[in-house]
Amino acid sequence: MRKLLLESLLQAPLTEAPPSRDDAALAELAASLERASRRRLGRSLSIREVDAGSCNGCELEIHALNNAFYDLERFGLKFVASPRHADVLLVTGPVTKNMREALERTWAATPDPKWVVAVGDCALDGGLFAGSYGVVGGVSAVVPVDLHIRGCPPSPTALLKGLLALVESAR
Amino acid sequence: MTFLSALANRGERVAAHRPWPRIAVNASTWRQAVLGIAAGEATLLGLWSDGEAVHLALHAEEAPEVLVISLPCPERRFPSVAATHPPALRLERTIRDLYGLEPEGSPDTRRWLDHGRWGVRQPLGAHEAAPPTGDPYAFHAATGPPLHQIPVGPVHAGIIEPGHFRFTCNGEAVVRLEERLGYVHKGVDGLMRDAPLEKAAKLAGRVSGDSTVAYAMAFARAVESALGLEPPPRAIFLRALMAELERLANHFGDIGAICNDASFSLIHAHCGILREHVLRVADASFGHRLMMDCVVPGGTAVDLAQASAPGLPTLVRTIRRRFPELIELYDRTASLQNRTITTGILTRELARQYGAGGFVGRASGRAFDARKQPGYAPYDDLRFDMPIRQEGDVDARVWVRVNEVAQSLALIEQILDRLPAGAIRTDIGRATGGDSVEGLALVEGFRGDVLAWVRLAPDGRIARCHLRDPSWFQWPLLEAAIEGNIVADFPLCNKSFNCSYSGHDL
Repeated sequence: MRKLLLESLLQAPLTEAPPSRDDAALAELAASLERASRRRLGRSLSIREVDAGSCNGCELEIHALNNAFYDLERFGLKFVASPRHADVLLVTGPVTKNMREALERTWAATPDPKWVVAVGDCALDGGLFAGSYGVVGGVSAVVPVDLHIRGCPPSPTALLKGLLALVESAR
Repeated sequence: MTFLSALANRGERVAAHRPWPRIAVNASTWRQAVLGIAAGEATLLGLWSDGEAVHLALHAEEAPEVLVISLPCPERRFPSVAATHPPALRLERTIRDLYGLEPEGSPDTRRWLDHGRWGVRQPLGAHEAAPPTGDPYAFHAATGPPLHQIPVGPVHAGIIEPGHFRFTCNGEAVVRLEERLGYVHKGVDGLMRDAPLEKAAKLAGRVSGDSTVAYAMAFARAVESALGLEPPPRAIFLRALMAELERLANHFGDIGAICNDASFSLIHAHCGILREHVLRVADASFGHRLMMDCVVPGGTAVDLAQASAPGLPTLVRTIRRRFPELIELYDRTASLQNRTITTGILTRELARQYGAGGFVGRASGRAFDARKQPGYAPYDDLRFDMPIRQEGDVDARVWVRVNEVAQSLALIEQILDRLPAGAIRTDIGRATGGDSVEGLALVEGFRGDVLAWVRLAPDGRIARCHLRDPSWFQWPLLEAAIEGNIVADFPLCNKSFNCSYSGHDL
């Protein structure tokens, strides 16, 4: 273990330079963020991830944000275990009818001010699953959405761009 | 005469089903088949419905290795399989929820995927409107003065899929775990009906995102069997290359996550780096990190990018250099071993009875890998071992996966050495030749065997399609493996199984 730790100390970090923020995302956000809430949060946001029906592809890439290459926490963004500790809900999937109430309750449990980021093409409008008897549709059909990050699934870089835009406008 | 060949003689063979036979049987043969499965003469591979009949897929070691028997249900009922063979229980409850076919004599009449939220009952059967107010669910009782219940989910603390776990505990020890799943039911069987082939292939690749290559391959192979065509040799090798990359990425992710659930984050961090390397090479090689939509009926959608050619051998070398030191660390850290050894033991007998696929079965002595048996190209041409352990604990499941990493690396080298030149896709045309045709395929994903069954309409659209995730037979075993363990070890046990919610909920 000492060898591994020592090597990690001597090696250059794997963490890569942040991507430029997503300007389109910034424009989408500008309308939803108020100056007062920006002051209160500073540059640090706590994120609660909610899978509302995804195929788990988006979860894999959200997980990757925590690895050494993307290192999400350097931006003051971190995942938390409870919606009561969260500023941001990161919601994936077409919202299934069986998850609708759970998503509503998670949203209600998140204190204000809060933002909802819908991740993935399914979260936009139900994607490939739209129209099924088991699916409500996109996330915005259930809770208000501040930012969409597209992709199937969005790459960690695309996720970072979107989240950085969120931090940027929450400053 | 083997059990399956005897059974095959007892019904009328359906001509258009390939590559293995499907026979239409009467209720008495159906019951005999179920008795045979319960007695261990064959393994239950799947149980599904198309609305008119119920279909039971069986596997045995001697030819015919796979057999599908079908019981027409004009009276909307069939003899319960689960009454004799419990592993069929959730599959049977699902048939009842979706199609309204009644499993007569079933030991559990509670709804499974239907939570009373769809606004409709039997969505693929009678389709009766119902208020979406939600049904109460009666969990099995476990009573006594010292017992208390812990409800968990559907929204969990980590970045994972939703499901509900109801623990009944005596102090720290879990006396009973009961799962309630179905939260991410998206209605895949329904969406598949009448879908054009391209849309159906995309849907198949999104049943469980972590196994997108395995699902796309199972679906493509089932379609190709139905149409009686072979993809080009290069495509067959490219598919296996993608499948092994997917296996590596998932094994690294999960081995790291298991260590993390035992609070050993160093291995988690390093496994995360290896996983990222794999995904980046997949992206450079095939244009998508998870390789979604890269496997299609008829072959592959993309060829191996020439510019990425050196990336794959470099990846193999990097993993061979970095992974052994992580495993040595795993093996030498007493505090970590203390958590994984003898934790969450799945008995050999249960693994056999449930036909547990993948590392869950192989860590409990069940020597089954769909790449070996029934086997499919190109694996019948490649050399690799099937790592087996007998202990059945979290540690054994880790070790099976550690050893599978070495096998996948060897397979990738062989595939690159022998990658044939030529086309990557056969034109599958638009029509089936005037008849509806059916195909079945079994493909080994990282988690276990994925079963795909399709019926193509004469115009080439999907008439019916059913995809069975390995998790169907692994989720119930988690309930057994956790018994007597402490609550704090549940995340560890759960991660060591890593069943799919989405793959199961469909």
